[in-house]
Amino acid sequence: MFLTLFIVNSSGGLVYTRQLSPLAPKINTNDSLRIASTLHSLHAIAAEAAPVKLPGNKNPRTGADDGIEVIEAGGMIMQCLQTRTGMKFIISSTSTKDDLSEILRNLYLLYTENALKNPFYELDMPIKVDLFNRGVDLLVEQFHSGNMR
Amino acid sequence: MNYGRSNAQMNILDRPLPKVAWRSNDQGTVSLSAFAYLFSELVQYHQNKVTSISDLERRLEEAGYNVGLKAVELAAFRSKEYKRETRLMSILHFVSGTIWKSLFGRAADSLERSIDNDDEYMIVDYMPITSSYISVPSDLGQLSVDSYISGIICGVLQSAGFPARVTAHNVAMDENEMANAVASSNQLLVPRTEKAVFLCKFSREVLQRDAALER
Repeated sequence: MFLTLFIVNSSGGLVYTRQLSPLAPKINTNDSLRIASTLHSLHAIAAEAAPVKLPGNKNPRTGADDGIEVIEAGGMIMQCLQTRTGMKFIISSTSTKDDLSEILRNLYLLYTENALKNPFYELDMPIKVDLFNRGVDLLVEQFHSGNMR
Repeated sequence: MNYGRSNAQMNILDRPLPKVAWRSNDQGTVSLSAFAYLFSELVQYHQNKVTSISDLERRLEEAGYNVGLKAVELAAFRSKEYKRETRLMSILHFVSGTIWKSLFGRAADSLERSIDNDDEYMIVDYMPITSSYISVPSDLGQLSVDSYISGIICGVLQSAGFPARVTAHNVAMDENEMANAVASSNQLLVPRTEKAVFLCKFSREVLQRDAALER
């Protein structure tokens, strides 16, 4: 069961947030902004605190910066996909066994298709694109019905 | 055209599109994403210069008009036996078939005649490439970026000798149409809810000439 989705831009500002299921906690706007910038800072600090660094401080496969990839807690998992441009797609879920990389990649695909190709979307601004919202809903529904089998 | 210069010496924009062996289409193809980004920039460029929605639509139409004028010549040049169309129905079939195929790789989804007016015809496309990745914000409610395509149609009709006014409209699709559209839209992640209808209103002389040819 997915909980929440955050999309954070390269400067740490919140670009998109969404409750993906009724289980997700209700967070007001200010708290979401604070959570997003905290995640951004933790991601950067983790790279410094890590005992082993990646070569060039970047993941050689994806080009993403060195930093937090997964946070596991009792009953919850939070996974982060950082793109080459510094955008972070962060999703939390109740199931601790699933790999969330696939849904994160699909969300990235949705972002490039519906937000970046849209002339009415300004880069790094909050995403208020109808196609993107519908795409997220559809994707989450597909994953939920796939898992419920 | 630069005769006598090799491809390597020509400006990249003048070079012919590469013919890749594994593509079945023998006319070069361009990636849809490349077109989408370029079109997005075109819309943004014009949006900075206009103050109203109808102005933006008009500028997109003008941009498409120039494409349309040349598309007819190119289609005529490339087809084996091209006899110039003189009848209204034939030119409409030419636009919704040949021109659509050369521009978008598939024929238009339907060609209809308006019941109320005898000078209006409609070309329907369930998945126009110009608006596939664009969702218009609510404060620009009535804008249709498919005006670019309606400009192309206008240019084609003008160049073929059938002056008409062409406008683009977004119409909600019903259940059957959505099922058909989903079947053919393997590229889109989010199924569309609206189809594009291009309304062509021919001028009086065209209809009179066509009626005269009928006899």
